[in-house]
Amino acid sequence: MGSTITEKILAAHCGKKGVEPGEFIEPKVDIVLANDVTAPLAVKEFRKSGVKKVFDKNKIALVMDHFTPNKDILSAEHVKFVREFAKEQKIKHYYEGGNVGVEHALLPEKGIVVPGDVIIGADSHTCTYGAIGAFSTGGGSTDVAAAMATGKVWFKVPQSIKFVLKGKLNKWVSGKDIILYIIGLIGVDGALYQAMEFTGEVCKKLTMADRFTIANMAIEAGGKSGIFTPDEITEKYVAKRAERKYKFYASDKDAKYVQTYEIDCSKIQPQVSLPFLPSNAKAAKDIKRTYIDQVVIGSCTNGRIEDLRIAAGIIKKGKKVNPNVRTLIIPATPEVWMQAEKEGLFKIFMNAGCVVSAPTCGPCLGGHMGILAAGEKCVATTNRNFVGRMGHVKSEVILSNPAVAAASAIKGYIATPDEI
Amino acid sequence: MSDMILKGKVHKYGSNVNTDEIIPARYLNSSDPAVLAKYCMEDIDKDFVKRVEKDDIIVAENNFGCGSSREHAPIAIKAAGISAVIANSFARIFFRNAINIGLPILECPEAVKAINSGDDLEINLNQGIIKNLTKKEEYKAQPFPEFMQKIIKAGGLLGYIKK
Repeated sequence: MGSTITEKILAAHCGKKGVEPGEFIEPKVDIVLANDVTAPLAVKEFRKSGVKKVFDKNKIALVMDHFTPNKDILSAEHVKFVREFAKEQKIKHYYEGGNVGVEHALLPEKGIVVPGDVIIGADSHTCTYGAIGAFSTGGGSTDVAAAMATGKVWFKVPQSIKFVLKGKLNKWVSGKDIILYIIGLIGVDGALYQAMEFTGEVCKKLTMADRFTIANMAIEAGGKSGIFTPDEITEKYVAKRAERKYKFYASDKDAKYVQTYEIDCSKIQPQVSLPFLPSNAKAAKDIKRTYIDQVVIGSCTNGRIEDLRIAAGIIKKGKKVNPNVRTLIIPATPEVWMQAEKEGLFKIFMNAGCVVSAPTCGPCLGGHMGILAAGEKCVATTNRNFVGRMGHVKSEVILSNPAVAAASAIKGYIATPDEI
Repeated sequence: MSDMILKGKVHKYGSNVNTDEIIPARYLNSSDPAVLAKYCMEDIDKDFVKRVEKDDIIVAENNFGCGSSREHAPIAIKAAGISAVIANSFARIFFRNAINIGLPILECPEAVKAINSGDDLEINLNQGIIKNLTKKEEYKAQPFPEFMQKIIKAGGLLGYIKK
């Protein structure tokens, strides 16, 4: 019987011919990732192990993106602690200050993660790198500590679920709408412990940005990973970036799936996920008039240059954002920032009354740079709308794609781009 | 090796209790278990930290611990005094984090259905048996795979690796 792309990558990292779902394995990892929230705990645990040196200083990425530029003294102490560790261990991929970007946008952009890799990160959205055909999943700080010490991590081989994306994409429908629609369909635990494999004719039309967005939110369906089969679009993206050799894997025709969903993308309209779960997805056009206080366009989900271009196009058409809406634009990485500047997007945003920020995770997790007060509502291109996610326990987050977010910023309520 | 027995009173919750509710990000500028414990469950149950007593047990429905990978969540729960969490199902990162830090967790829909807040439980971890002392009932959970039992007994993953 055949294997899935996920099983093939995992088997190759265990030196085995094949692996079976449910089997406990300890594969070698190619990249180990942690950020300023999870790395301090990982470093403390690493110290406890008694191991003096990390397994490979070139295979660890420490990205200080969550509460940076440091929001308070405690955060600054955390970053200092990690910085000292990175210096001591001569960690190659340490990012802070002007080099830092939101980790899951930064690592693929810099070619630090490549197709065929096994990646563990102490951040739930580590599943993003499935977009380039890697097995990539979130763990905790202790997982990362163990991986930094041994170069390995324990996993149970996941079952795979197949999503066959069919039909034609409607106007303004992007990767974000496809994944919100799927999460709405299967629920926040619809893919629990499983690898979500995205296939079908629509994939050929999806840009890398769209694929990153889809793989990024696999975790919001409970998935262990999300993965696309690498193709010429992947090749074009990674060829100029990859800092290591990479390998394209693909599922066998007779690979086994626990379930197959056929998704007719023609039925998908631009989506919004209403509070308080990402699965609460609805067509934006069907939402009754809901006034908002803030819009956030950014994050590991939708802070790439393609996202900013879409938002800028709509904001330019609408000229000014609504005076009642604080509109925050957060390019995910320095490269995205400089490209947006070069293309004149910041001028459009600033003239319209938006705030343009340095790259940071900031408001997405209610860290800083855009916290909500009691009763406030925010349309965000981020990934979670849990209770209190962006601030006060009585504030609300509505998830959307960049086009809906930009349209809502102009109108002052949840709106569709067609209204501009 | 002797059986691991846990005894405590139940705090019960519904489905999809997420890590933002277990420990909001506004407190993640600390990684000190004692500090995190003070804010445990704040956004879902403000009085939890006032009510909780040492060795109490959390019982919840589906997908407990979904969301962020923050290990601060099981750390906060453990440091607040909770000895075990029983649920229909766990989000997978929370599951591994709990095992890795040595917080016992059990999947047992039968128990979740029958148990109420305030019930007194006695759990035999090795055998996966949950006794409801209040209702005089017994439920059978899946015992941990041996590999995970070893991690829990070593006090977490790093202890296990050291061995």
